[in-house]
Amino acid sequence: MKQAILLAALFVAPAAHAQDPSARNLAAACAICHGTDGRGVSKDIVPLAGLPREQIAAQMRAFRDGQRPATVMHQIAKGYSERQTDAIAAWFASQKP
Amino acid sequence: MKRRDFLKLAGAASLAGCASTAQSKARVVVIGGGFGGATAAKYIRHWDPSIDVILVERDADFVSCPISNLVLGGFSGIEDVTQSRDGLQRHGVKIVRDEAVGVDPSRRIVRLARGGDLSYERLVVSPGIDFLYGDVAGYEAAMQSGRVLHAWKAGEQTVALRRQLEEMRDGGVYVLSIPVAPYRCPPGPYERASVVAAYFKQAKPRSKVLVLDANPDITSKAGLFKRAWADLYPGIIEYHGNSRAVGVDAPGMKVKLELEEVQGDVLNVVPPHRAGDFAAKAGLITTNNRWCDVDWRTMESKAVKGIHVLGDATLSAPAMPKSASMANNHAKIAAAAIVELLNGRDPEPVKIINTCYSFVSEKEAIRVSSVHEWDAGQGTLVPVKGSGGVSAARSEAEANYAWSWAKTIWFDSLG
Repeated sequence: MKQAILLAALFVAPAAHAQDPSARNLAAACAICHGTDGRGVSKDIVPLAGLPREQIAAQMRAFRDGQRPATVMHQIAKGYSERQTDAIAAWFASQKP
Repeated sequence: MKRRDFLKLAGAASLAGCASTAQSKARVVVIGGGFGGATAAKYIRHWDPSIDVILVERDADFVSCPISNLVLGGFSGIEDVTQSRDGLQRHGVKIVRDEAVGVDPSRRIVRLARGGDLSYERLVVSPGIDFLYGDVAGYEAAMQSGRVLHAWKAGEQTVALRRQLEEMRDGGVYVLSIPVAPYRCPPGPYERASVVAAYFKQAKPRSKVLVLDANPDITSKAGLFKRAWADLYPGIIEYHGNSRAVGVDAPGMKVKLELEEVQGDVLNVVPPHRAGDFAAKAGLITTNNRWCDVDWRTMESKAVKGIHVLGDATLSAPAMPKSASMANNHAKIAAAAIVELLNGRDPEPVKIINTCYSFVSEKEAIRVSSVHEWDAGQGTLVPVKGSGGVSAARSEAEANYAWSWAKTIWFDSLG
């Protein structure tokens, strides 16, 4: 029984990280264009909820480094550290699409 | 009576009384249902449904200032920028149609014009702006007569100004007077000049847009606006910096500057702003008799504990515009802080993003963006070095994004 609880704790650990209020608060700023919790409203802007975290983080870095052309995201992505970029990516990945 | 019905009634009754419902952790009252207040109400509930949230709002519907300049050009209708607040109820926000008239911060009670008193653990005040009419001699009488409009709060005046532009003769002069900064929406006046010029170019090509700016130069996206005006509206837009309106002569249809008078056919004079009236009633104004200074980690007023102030009413942080994006993000700072405080935890600073689109014609737009973070040394939010900027050029793509941004922020704030 004890083992089962420990195991359950291991499984919920990533979700707990995703509920970290500081990651949630960082991601909330993105909602003005990407929608509440990354659930998009407009077909022209990528909805982020449920996308793989590696994909979101890689795109943010590509915008930041000028490898992916953009109208605005190259200017926004430069505002975030490596750690913050990963936290935002993990948080959106954990959201229901 | 079924138990569920009883609970429903009890819930309704608790609105009028003072106490929070038994199950709730605490009550937050939000004054004002614009981009700031509506977002705060929604996100507090979204992040902690055990907190009761009551939103006090005067008007039935929300009318968005962003996009409303397109109404003046005839490229959108007022219904396109009008939104219901009903979506907030899905998050459990209780909406009270009333006007807050005062607050007793020591007893933590807000007084409503019709609905009695509301108690709160935390109060959020998002009052928008009101105008310093006294700075422009003759303004209030001229506005009452309908001959001079600001249309700087979207709604009736937007519709009235559109009508005046439609009724103006070809060859007429539309005068737009811009107050000295800070004012709501730095690029807004220049967007307005652009879309009115786009309308004139199509419908009344002999007409002029005469911009009288109290500021020395265009205050936002200057290069992009100047380029658009030179390319699209030569001979239509005439711009004068350092031209502050000090009075209006409604019968003579004149705007008085410090040294001269300017005649027009449509007078759109925007007076200087200050924080909305309720901020003054609540004792929240700290600076120049105009703005409300806040702790940018929590949005809590520096004048009155337990009250969080959002949006255009704040004494802006360095390089931070008074914009819808900022008001929405102020609300998220406040919501996060309030949820932490009401759960006995310490709030952390929040990093936020501004993005503002401006139409330069009915189909092309430009943009400015910035990222702002807490700087402990300076004790305020500052732009992150190396981030932010403006559009490379005006484009139809940016116009599509402008609409996408608008629809998304309306839903993020109200839906």
